[in-house]
Amino acid sequence: MKANSIQFLCAAVMAAAPSLVYAQSWEPTKTVEFIIPAGTGGGADQMARAAQAIVAKHGLMKQSMVVVNKAGGAGAEGFLDVKGAHGDPHKIIITLSNLFTTPLATGVPFNWRDLTPVKMLALDQFVLWTNSAKPHKSAKEYIAAAKAAGGKFKMAGTGSKQEDQIITAAIEQQTGTKFIYVPFRGGGDVAVQLVGNHADSTVNNPIEAVAHWRGGKLKPLCVFDPKRMPYKAKVTDTMSWADIPTCKEGGLDVDYLMLRGIFMPGGVTPAQVNYYVELFRKIQATPEWKDLMERGAFNQTSLEGKEYADWVAREEARHVSLMKAAKFIAGQ
Amino acid sequence: MSENDGGKPAFSVRTAEIATAAFFLVLGAIVIFDSVRLGMGWKDDGPQAGYFPFYIGVIICVSALVNLVAALAAARKKSAGFVGVGQLKLVLSVLLPTAVYVVLIGWIGIYAASTLFVALFMRWLGKYPWWKVVAVSIGNSVVFFLIFEVWFKIPLPKGPLEAFLGLH
Amino acid sequence: MDEIQSLMQGFAIALTLKNVALMFTGIILGVIIGVLPGLGGANGVAILLPLTFSMAQSPGGTTSAIILLSCIYWGALFGGAITSILFNIPGEPWSVATTFDGYPLAQKGRAGAALAAAFTSSFVGALVAVIVITFLSPIVANFALEFGPPEFFAVYLLTFCAFVGMSKEPPFKTLATMMLGFALASVGTDPVTGTLRLTFGSTHLLTGFDFLIAVIGLFGIGEILLTLEEGLAFKGAQAKMNLKVVLETWKELPKYWLTSIRSSVVGCFMGIVPGGATPASFMSYGVARRFSKDGDKFGTGMVEGVVAPETAAHAAGTAALLPMLTLGVPGSPTAAVLLGGLLIWGLQPGPLLFVEQKDFVWGLIASMYLGNIVGLIVVLTCVPLFAAILRVPFSVIAPIIMVICAIGAYTVHNSIFDVWMMLVFGVVGYVFKKLQYPLAPLVLAIVLGDRAESSFRQSMLVAQGDMTVFFSNALVGSLTGLALFLLFWPLLALLIARFRGR
Repeated sequence: MKANSIQFLCAAVMAAAPSLVYAQSWEPTKTVEFIIPAGTGGGADQMARAAQAIVAKHGLMKQSMVVVNKAGGAGAEGFLDVKGAHGDPHKIIITLSNLFTTPLATGVPFNWRDLTPVKMLALDQFVLWTNSAKPHKSAKEYIAAAKAAGGKFKMAGTGSKQEDQIITAAIEQQTGTKFIYVPFRGGGDVAVQLVGNHADSTVNNPIEAVAHWRGGKLKPLCVFDPKRMPYKAKVTDTMSWADIPTCKEGGLDVDYLMLRGIFMPGGVTPAQVNYYVELFRKIQATPEWKDLMERGAFNQTSLEGKEYADWVAREEARHVSLMKAAKFIAGQ
Repeated sequence: MSENDGGKPAFSVRTAEIATAAFFLVLGAIVIFDSVRLGMGWKDDGPQAGYFPFYIGVIICVSALVNLVAALAAARKKSAGFVGVGQLKLVLSVLLPTAVYVVLIGWIGIYAASTLFVALFMRWLGKYPWWKVVAVSIGNSVVFFLIFEVWFKIPLPKGPLEAFLGLH
Repeated sequence: MDEIQSLMQGFAIALTLKNVALMFTGIILGVIIGVLPGLGGANGVAILLPLTFSMAQSPGGTTSAIILLSCIYWGALFGGAITSILFNIPGEPWSVATTFDGYPLAQKGRAGAALAAAFTSSFVGALVAVIVITFLSPIVANFALEFGPPEFFAVYLLTFCAFVGMSKEPPFKTLATMMLGFALASVGTDPVTGTLRLTFGSTHLLTGFDFLIAVIGLFGIGEILLTLEEGLAFKGAQAKMNLKVVLETWKELPKYWLTSIRSSVVGCFMGIVPGGATPASFMSYGVARRFSKDGDKFGTGMVEGVVAPETAAHAAGTAALLPMLTLGVPGSPTAAVLLGGLLIWGLQPGPLLFVEQKDFVWGLIASMYLGNIVGLIVVLTCVPLFAAILRVPFSVIAPIIMVICAIGAYTVHNSIFDVWMMLVFGVVGYVFKKLQYPLAPLVLAIVLGDRAESSFRQSMLVAQGDMTVFFSNALVGSLTGLALFLLFWPLLALLIARFRGR
């Protein structure tokens, strides 16, 4: 009996602990706006809408959540909107790499420090793809061929001075090869340009190119992650995501992962941040979310709090140095 | 409509032509100015960011000049009226309230502003009885509120009224 | 005929009571979305996407989900024409070209005929496109792969040349407005270098000038201001209000069979490439004006001028689903959202979709037939209702239209600045129309400007500045050649006439 009551007491204290830490718990009192600093149909858009759908399906929030696309000026529209909503706890934003690249490349005045980091949801992978008709079997062979072509190889990518072009620039810096970078509007277009042989390679996200890989039109050469992807289920007859070598293994020492994370406006209270941290934890625990992660072969690293802020700061510094070297910074 | 002052021109077509051509000229100059900043050249790998805007600006300026000369050359006497005084009054009687309406959207939200705007129109220009004015203007805003906020979840600007009603 | 058999299976899947109910729901929602400029098709579909998420997880549910969403899309395609014809306000971008003859028709009191013609030709266009998808998809699907940047540029050039060329307005005024359109299109982020152009540090201008705001202002507000000069009334209030008008219009329509075929071909081509429904409607209108024997009268209220853009827009909108399904490239913003939906539901658009998800694909194709039939029935029965809107007194309907326009402008970027821009465009539209500055080239330039520029510059990057890339293979060469031929056709015709006259 005694032991039981002590256990009970302990359990009660432990259950009470979170509410002691966040003495003033908070909940949204009106509709929450979920901003996407990118167009409809892209990777960030899909992830945000999936999250919204999961929230609605499992009733994770009492208030409703609306998704708003603010893609103007390479996402600057969305970031400026959130920056301007200082102290508004009913606004969250999902980011992609344009959190760093847009202010650097365009000089539009905002920085991630204007926002409050909430939670990293996942990291998006980049894979080096070529047309399957091409003879190169590995990243090494491909780079050698690009070198031999004397800077005539075309790399198709999404947007200008954003992640795809930064990776291209990093490959150039690493290997001394030159590429012609051709910017397109969306990842789907980029993949089709490669299938149609209008480009020599791309660094598409897995989800953008997987259909053509399975259709036998494209082949992956390497993934820009220090570790191989963990997904072992066969995607094609012979290969799984885990079978794709890392670029480092292939002698191309470049790694790049794109942040899919949640931010809030500046000046919000810890209780408000905590609410969204909890909300996204619940979202991540659903089978639907796990499904999405596997389909897009995401890197499921997920940080919160200080760890997350530190990660963002490191990543920002890396983008500054990468973009400086590539001369992508406005007014440089 | 009133024929007596409707026919009297507020200003002539010639004046309007000149003003419009000048407007184009200024726009063209602005475009050229920014294109030069961006770089308007043709590099090895194709045109720079300002290449197309520059020539667009140049063409705007050239055609504006042609239109300006044509307008200036047109005889002053023969020029017809661009808009009658009465017509202008009618146009402004809608344009100005609409401008006020847009200002109000920012202050009191789109629903309250729309209610006032529709009510004003119906009462002032349509001379409807008050009960109809109130029914239509409020009904209209309620329908839009249901469509946008409730069904399609598109947030439109809201103001103190919605906050008071707890709809915010 | 494997296709027929698969299609029949598709009908079996699509023709459940639940799915037909979903079709009606989708079409009605879509029509509302199409009518209100604030609710774009993309928006409407995106909003309902989360709803379909749980739907898609029941067996066969993905088919029901796509039926609901695609029917919203068809509904929006139908609905866009309604406000274009009645009030000169295009509810959707692809119905801009419908205003050119649709609105004059309504002013003449033939709103019912214009609506019936628009809806019927939309249906015909869609039907042709679905038939193409049903029987030719394996052949046609890979056609889009031939399109690199030079080919896309050639397509935009072709659209442009088909539409511009002969204009009744003074040439330098046409040139000025067209270039104004290009200038407005270049505001914002430069697609190739990512630098900001013509924004002068303003955060409002970051997003550029959206086509929809310009169109709502120039056409919608501008038209209300013009109408005001004539007194406080809309013309065309005497429009017929019974369903007989539909039958009468149907009697007239077979006369335009050639225009229908031409527009369907243009539409299917633009949808598959994918060039988009909006350029398709402009191109088709331009081509029809050029080759019709009544071409001179276009713009004054010709039924043929409604048939051409509507057929092409709907054909393109439908055909755009093919590259979406087989290649994963969306042909329109709405298709982009549908594509996102497929991915969220766990389907993988791509070459294998037709093999692995046979039921889904054929269910969808069958629903394209059924959805468009349902759509046609819904909108045609509503023709008298729509035409009756014109009878609502001006002082009631005018402010409501202004409110709809304001909401439409606001929702593009959620900014009141855009509502101001809409008013400015309204005044500009009013002045331009009175001074014979044509608005259509301006609008077309805003639509095509940045796309044409980016594909041109992509081509130049690919070819390293070599202009001959636009004649480098048979496809791009013939597209460019055709464009130039259409551009210089008036000149050639003149020369030929002179030569003969001698």
